[in-house]
Amino acid sequence: MMKDVIVIGGGPAGLGAALEAKKAGATSVVVLERDRELGGILNQCIHNGFGLQEFKEELTGPEYAQRFINQVKGEDIEVHLNTMVLDVTEDRRVTVLGDEGIQEIRGKAVVLAMGCRERTSGAIDLQGYRPAGVYNAGMAQRILNMEGYQVGKEVVIYGSGDIGLIMARRMTLEGAKVMAVVEVMPHSSGLYRNIAQCLEDYDIPLLLRHQIEEVHGKDRIEGVRISKIDEQWQPIEGTQQTISCDTLLLSVGLIPENELSEKARVSLDPRTKGAVVKSTMETDVPGIFSCGNVLHVHDIVDFVTEESRIAGRNAARFAAGALPRGKEVLTNPGKGVTYTLPHRIMLEDPDGVTLFLRSDVIYKKARVKVKEGERIVKEKRERLIVPSEMVQINLSPEDLSSLTGEIIVEIEGEEND
Amino acid sequence: MYDVIIIGAGVIGTAVARELSKYQGRVAILEKNPEVCQGTTKANSAIVHGGYDARHGTLKGKLNKRGVELYPGLAKALNFPYQRCGSMVLAFNREEEQKLWALMENGKKNGVEGLELLTGEEVRQIEPGIAPEVTKVLYAKNAGITCPFNMTFALLENAMENGTELFVNTEVKGIKEFGEGLSLFTPQGEFQGKMVINAAGVHSDRIAEMIGDRNYKITPNRGEYRILDRKAGDTVSHVIFQTPTPDGKGVLVAPTVHGNIIVGPTSDGIDSPEDTRTTKAGIEKVDRSASKAVPKVPLRESIRIFSGIRASVEGSDFIIEPSKTAKGLMHLIGIDSPGLASAPAIGEMVVGEIQERLSLEKKQNFIEKRRAIPHFEALSNGEKEGLLKANPRYKKIICRCEMITEGEILEAIHRRGGATTLDGIKRRVRPGSGRCQGGFCGPRVLEILSRELQIPMEEIRKEGTDSKLLSGKLKGALK
Ligand SMILES: Cc1cc2nc3c(=O)[nH]c(=O)nc-3n(C[C@H](O)[C@H](O)[C@H](O)COP(=O)(O)OP(=O)(O)OC[C@H]3O[C@@H](n4cnc5c(N)ncnc54)[C@H](O)[C@@H]3O)c2cc1C
Ligand SMILES: Cc1cc2nc3c(=O)[nH]c(=O)nc-3n(C[C@H](O)[C@H](O)[C@H](O)COP(=O)(O)OP(=O)(O)OC[C@H]3O[C@@H](n4cnc5c(N)ncnc54)[C@H](O)[C@@H]3O)c2cc1C
Repeated sequence: MMKDVIVIGGGPAGLGAALEAKKAGATSVVVLERDRELGGILNQCIHNGFGLQEFKEELTGPEYAQRFINQVKGEDIEVHLNTMVLDVTEDRRVTVLGDEGIQEIRGKAVVLAMGCRERTSGAIDLQGYRPAGVYNAGMAQRILNMEGYQVGKEVVIYGSGDIGLIMARRMTLEGAKVMAVVEVMPHSSGLYRNIAQCLEDYDIPLLLRHQIEEVHGKDRIEGVRISKIDEQWQPIEGTQQTISCDTLLLSVGLIPENELSEKARVSLDPRTKGAVVKSTMETDVPGIFSCGNVLHVHDIVDFVTEESRIAGRNAARFAAGALPRGKEVLTNPGKGVTYTLPHRIMLEDPDGVTLFLRSDVIYKKARVKVKEGERIVKEKRERLIVPSEMVQINLSPEDLSSLTGEIIVEIEGEEND
Repeated sequence: MYDVIIIGAGVIGTAVARELSKYQGRVAILEKNPEVCQGTTKANSAIVHGGYDARHGTLKGKLNKRGVELYPGLAKALNFPYQRCGSMVLAFNREEEQKLWALMENGKKNGVEGLELLTGEEVRQIEPGIAPEVTKVLYAKNAGITCPFNMTFALLENAMENGTELFVNTEVKGIKEFGEGLSLFTPQGEFQGKMVINAAGVHSDRIAEMIGDRNYKITPNRGEYRILDRKAGDTVSHVIFQTPTPDGKGVLVAPTVHGNIIVGPTSDGIDSPEDTRTTKAGIEKVDRSASKAVPKVPLRESIRIFSGIRASVEGSDFIIEPSKTAKGLMHLIGIDSPGLASAPAIGEMVVGEIQERLSLEKKQNFIEKRRAIPHFEALSNGEKEGLLKANPRYKKIICRCEMITEGEILEAIHRRGGATTLDGIKRRVRPGSGRCQGGFCGPRVLEILSRELQIPMEEIRKEGTDSKLLSGKLKGALK
């Protein structure tokens, strides 16, 4: 079986890519999804705040996903649910396990859109016992919002990532008491609006520069011992206190799920933990594209959609033998930037190029600069840049045509912690 | 009345039960926890030690050597994982090299075959991961690795198939002698047996105390570990020890039969036999020590830290002897390392003693073999197709990290002595033991347990008696 474009993952990234591939002329497009429904992680995000950029309204996660699902249904796109992709090869042979058993599908182009998973207690060396009641925040979100069960009554949240913050509010609304959100960094790693709407509105304390030293309780968690930490991450003696709780939610980061990408021999970036990509979202394996949370962790789904369109369009072009090739230049993170994406930009890209980047600390009155040597190619002002919120900057085909060599992306501004 | 009652369903209790199930007679195992294999057997290095380390002339020396001989046949008959991957003890200097000599001599006296001293050069050819500073190595070809959980479940299932009865949630709280035997008092009622085997692990001294044998004292000793992702699986292919110190065999770096890497354990005397906490100091020690032996061990690929408790006793040999006060009671005390490696031999020895007293007849219809739960991912494509045709439940992947299907989980629940808790499923067929530690499959496994056992979701436990996972249904929930 040969298909023009095979999309692995039916979350917003996969759906966006499939739709755009179809629009760009691919005749046979397949979406493979291991879950029992399309929509990916959005299905469990029943809070609102999705789609401000895409639809100019505030939707819930399932509503946002449904708009894409409806569009996919309206197109001649094949969707296989309960279908797990087991393997992808460099020459784009995709092995799946589904209702038909094990099958192999070949793709002229493949889009990787597998999303990400949460870091766990094992990854952060959580000390103490390993009792019931320690959940990843996203897992708890699924149990509450999709299965309809409460996981506990007195909650501590470790890590102030968005999922943790959203769950602080959600569990409060369901009658639990959130004792505190404990964060090791000097600033929250969640969106500002979530700190305000999920913690401040409910008087939930956010303890910055604090760590959990130990988990108490053997069968079920009974509490945590926390302490303040200094600049060297060492506990400050005398600041220890015990908070009693029957539940601990971990919101300690997401990791792109790239096991399949590795099987296909796609090179990964140690910083993003996702593929190294060109501005067409093509990886270093020809004909294999990557987008969404599997490429790098996004905080806002609208950006995922935008990125997935680039991937889908170019996958269709590749399948048709019409992906433009030409001179490419490297992009490098400079001062104030932890990473930039894509890693290479194609100068003849007819669509222009969107650069995605993240800052290292908080900047006020900031300027984002794209430079070639000392020449400023593009500059953008931002009132505020925080590490938790991705920044975008667009380069038009004209900007691209002026380039000859590598570019550097920098942030300048008043640094703030 | 039972002929034999075994207290404790760890690897030792189940090994005794399985050996005993070759004979006629009524046998019961009493386990205080909701599941089998929740004590020391769930948290150790999983090494089938070569037998050179246990001092010659001790029970440990004898039983370890015999255990190693029994492993291949037992693993094959009962279908649990066992790999003879070989082990290495590293020496970094002259003084340590001398200790290797002594170890080798001791091993030879124990009757261990296949021991060799290799130079650093020679070793790096076959195990390139070890430190360049290593000067000499004691190589034991016969050492191996196993899966303590699967082994225990296999022993149990087979014993049960041959008639052994299992009682979980049944803690022995008192023992009394009467005319023909012993009475055991538990919250589930009184159990009477002609003979009782005390295989209660770290609690075996307390069981002894119940009948007035006060001369045993277990000093709990904790070992902490780190498990690395399967991605790190090719770090080493042998069990890598360092030269032993008075504190024990030290920190090892070893492959697991599931393709992960395990590093640890520490060795720390603690106050309580229940204190399975991990500590910052302990884990730092594991990391430091593991990196010394295998400099590139990718500790950042950690997916879990945990600890286990050794049942150490003075004199540090296994104590396997009849009670001094009560007739028909056998104590198994101080079964710390190499207890796992020795388990099959301990079973043999204890059943020998039982036979001296009870002279049970051999069963004609003893079922020797057990079929393992098929592990979908490990099968060849052809075998996969076959399994899918026979059982469509194997089409549904529940755990995506370890590729565990619904079919495997259903078997784990419905077999003899089957799983009733989340961790019980995890230990039998591994969902939740991968890199996401159950983040995705946890809720699914809960659902399956609830459906199959017909108990409400809120009642399902992670592991221990008080370890319920959910606190209740949401008010507005549809389901
Ligand atoms: C818990 C959470 C809360 C969030 N909250 C917000 C918010 O409030 N507002 C906002 O704008 N953004 C939010 N985001 C961000 C945004 O929703 C995500 O970034 C976006 O959904 C990612 O889309 P994706 O398609 O890349 O990944 P996913 O939605 O994770 O989809 C990946 C899909 O791939 C499938 N898949 C993976 N591997 C395989 C395989 N081997 N075979 C077949 N299928 C496979 C998965 O089942 C899944 O359906 C949140 C993200 C998370 C994780
Ligand atoms: C850190 C560490 C590393 C080790 N590494 C190795 C190794 O690599 N190789 C090796 O050969 N050995 C090793 N060992 C030793 C090995 O793990 C043990 O020897 C073995 O698991 C002991 O099994 P057991 O059945 O005696 O104990 P357990 O598994 O603890 O079983 C005892 C059972 O008795 C039950 N019980 C207790 N009291 C009662 C009661 N009153 N009523 C009913 N039930 C009761 C408990 O709940 C438990 O299930 C190691 C041990 C540790 C701690």
